[in-house]
Amino acid sequence: MEVFVAALTIFVLALFVGFELISKVPPLLHTPLMSGANAISGITLVGTLVTSGAQLTMFTTILGFIAVTMATANVVGGFLVTHRMLEMFHRKSDVA
Amino acid sequence: MPDVSLSDAGIDLLYLGAAVLFILAIRGMANPRTAVRSNQLGAAGMLIAIVVTLTDKRIVSYEVIIAGLVVGGLIGAVMAYRVAVSSIPQVVAVFNGFGGGASALAVGAALEEALKGTHFEEVDLQFTVAAAASALIGGVSLTGSAIAFGKLQGLIGERPLLFPGRHIVNATLAAICLALSAWLIADPSSSLPFWLLVGTASALGLMLVLPIGGADMPVVISLLNAYSGIAAAGHGWVLNNSVLIIAGSLVGAAGFILTAIMSRAMNRSLLNIMFAGVGAVTASEEESDEVYAGRVKAASPDEVAMLMDGARRVVVAPGYGMAVAQAQHAVHDMMSVLESKGVEVEFAVHPVAGRMPGHMNVLLAEANIPYDKLKEMDEANPTFRETDVVLVIGANDVVNPMARESDPSVPIAGMPILDVDQAQVVVIIKRSLAAGFAGIPNPLFAADNALMLFGDAKQMVAELTAALKEM
Repeated sequence: MEVFVAALTIFVLALFVGFELISKVPPLLHTPLMSGANAISGITLVGTLVTSGAQLTMFTTILGFIAVTMATANVVGGFLVTHRMLEMFHRKSDVA
Repeated sequence: MPDVSLSDAGIDLLYLGAAVLFILAIRGMANPRTAVRSNQLGAAGMLIAIVVTLTDKRIVSYEVIIAGLVVGGLIGAVMAYRVAVSSIPQVVAVFNGFGGGASALAVGAALEEALKGTHFEEVDLQFTVAAAASALIGGVSLTGSAIAFGKLQGLIGERPLLFPGRHIVNATLAAICLALSAWLIADPSSSLPFWLLVGTASALGLMLVLPIGGADMPVVISLLNAYSGIAAAGHGWVLNNSVLIIAGSLVGAAGFILTAIMSRAMNRSLLNIMFAGVGAVTASEEESDEVYAGRVKAASPDEVAMLMDGARRVVVAPGYGMAVAQAQHAVHDMMSVLESKGVEVEFAVHPVAGRMPGHMNVLLAEANIPYDKLKEMDEANPTFRETDVVLVIGANDVVNPMARESDPSVPIAGMPILDVDQAQVVVIIKRSLAAGFAGIPNPLFAADNALMLFGDAKQMVAELTAALKEM
C-alpha cells in the first residue's frame, strides 16, 4: 500500500507539472509539442527492455521483441520528426 | 554486463535525472528559439533511461533487445526522414499507436513472466489494476491510431462511417472490457482475461474512431496521444518504475490539454466529437442554391493580382486545402513578390485548420515563412478591419459566418471563426462551391465583398504570383 501511495503521489504531481508547462506552449508549436511528447511516451521502452531480456519463455521473448521494436520506433522516430519540424521554424531576422 | 550493475539507489537517481530532462524538454517547447534544444534534452533523457535500464540484473540476454532496438530504430528513422511534411499527421498517429501497443504488449509479457517466474514483481492489486488499464488504453490507442492513419492517408474515406446500432455495439464492447478487467483483478492467476481485454479494447478502438470525420482528427490525435501517455504511466505502475509514471503522466497531460484546446476551438464537447458523427451529411442542392444563387462572383487571377498590387495589407487564411494541394511554397513566393512591392503580408491561423494541432504552422514554416508572421486567431481577428485583401486558401468551415448563429441545427454554431468577412475584399481560392466538412453552405462565398478564384490552390497562387510580377 505504501508503494502504491508513493506511486500515486508521483503520478498526480507529474500531471500537475504537465498541465502547468503545457499551458504555456503557443499554438504555433502545438504539432512539435505533440510529436515531442509522443516520443517521450516511448519511455515504455524502458519497461519492455527488462521484460524482453529476462527470456523466461518463448512467448514472452516474442512479445518482448515486438514491444521493443514498436517502442524504439516510437522513440527514435518521434524525436527525429520533432527535430526536423523545429529546424524549420525561423524568425524574419533569421531568414534574411 | 554484470560488471557495471548499479545499485538500486543509483538507478533511481539516474531515472530522476531522465525525468528532469523530460520536464525541461516540455518547458522549452514554450518558445521556438529554445524548442530545438529542448527536444534534444528530451532525447538525452531517453538515452540515459535506456542505458541505465540495460544494466538491470534481470536481463540475461541481449540478442532480442539489440534486434528490437535496431529494427525499431531503423523503422523510426526512415519514417521520420522520408515523409513529406504534409504527411506528418499520419506519422504522428502511427507513432502514437506504436507507443500504446508497446505498452499493452510489454505489460502482457510482464504478467506472463510474473505468473511463471519468481523474480518478478508480485501480482498484487496495483499490478492487476494497472495491467487492466494498460491493456484497455493501449489496445484502444493501437487500433484507433491505425484508423486515424488510414483516414489521414486516404486509405479509408474521410467521412464518418456510421452504421445503425453503433452506440449499442460500443456500449457492449465497453461493458465486456469492464467485465474482463474485473475478472483479471479478481483472479490474477491466469493471463487469459488480459489478452481477451487487449482484443476487445482493440475492437473498441476501431469502432470509436471509424465514425469520426477527417476534420475532427486534430481532436482524435490529441486524445490518442493522451492515451499513449496514460498507457505508459500504467506500465510504470505495473513495474513500480517512477520514470515511466512521470513521463507517461506528462504526455497524458499534454494530450488532454491539446484535446481540450481543440474541442474549445470548435465549440463542441468531446462527447459530441466522439459520438455525434458530425460531417456525415452534406447540404442538399436546394439549401446551397438558396445561399449562393446569383450572388457568387468569380474572378480571374489577373483581377485578384490587381487588387493585391494596390493593397497595403494582405492576410492569408490557410486551411487543409492548402496542405492537400502542397501550395505552401507557392504561397511563400507570392509573399516575397508582395513584400517587394511594399505590401504587408501576414497569416491568420485557426486552431483547428488542418488535420492536427498546429498543422498550418508547420507547413508554412516548411516553406520558410518566418513564424512572426503567423498570427493566432485571437491576434488576427481585430486586424481584419484594417486589411485590404484576405486570401482564403483551401479553408471553409473556419471562415463560415454561419458559426455566429445560435441555431443549434447548424453543426458549427458558436465555433470561433476567423472574421475574414470584415476585410475590404475576401478572395477565396477553392475548387468548387462544394460544402466544407461540416456539410453546410458558406454564405461568405456569396458576400458582397467576396470573390471566388476557382481552381487548384497551388496553381492559382502561382498564377497570382506570375500576374503580380508583371505589374
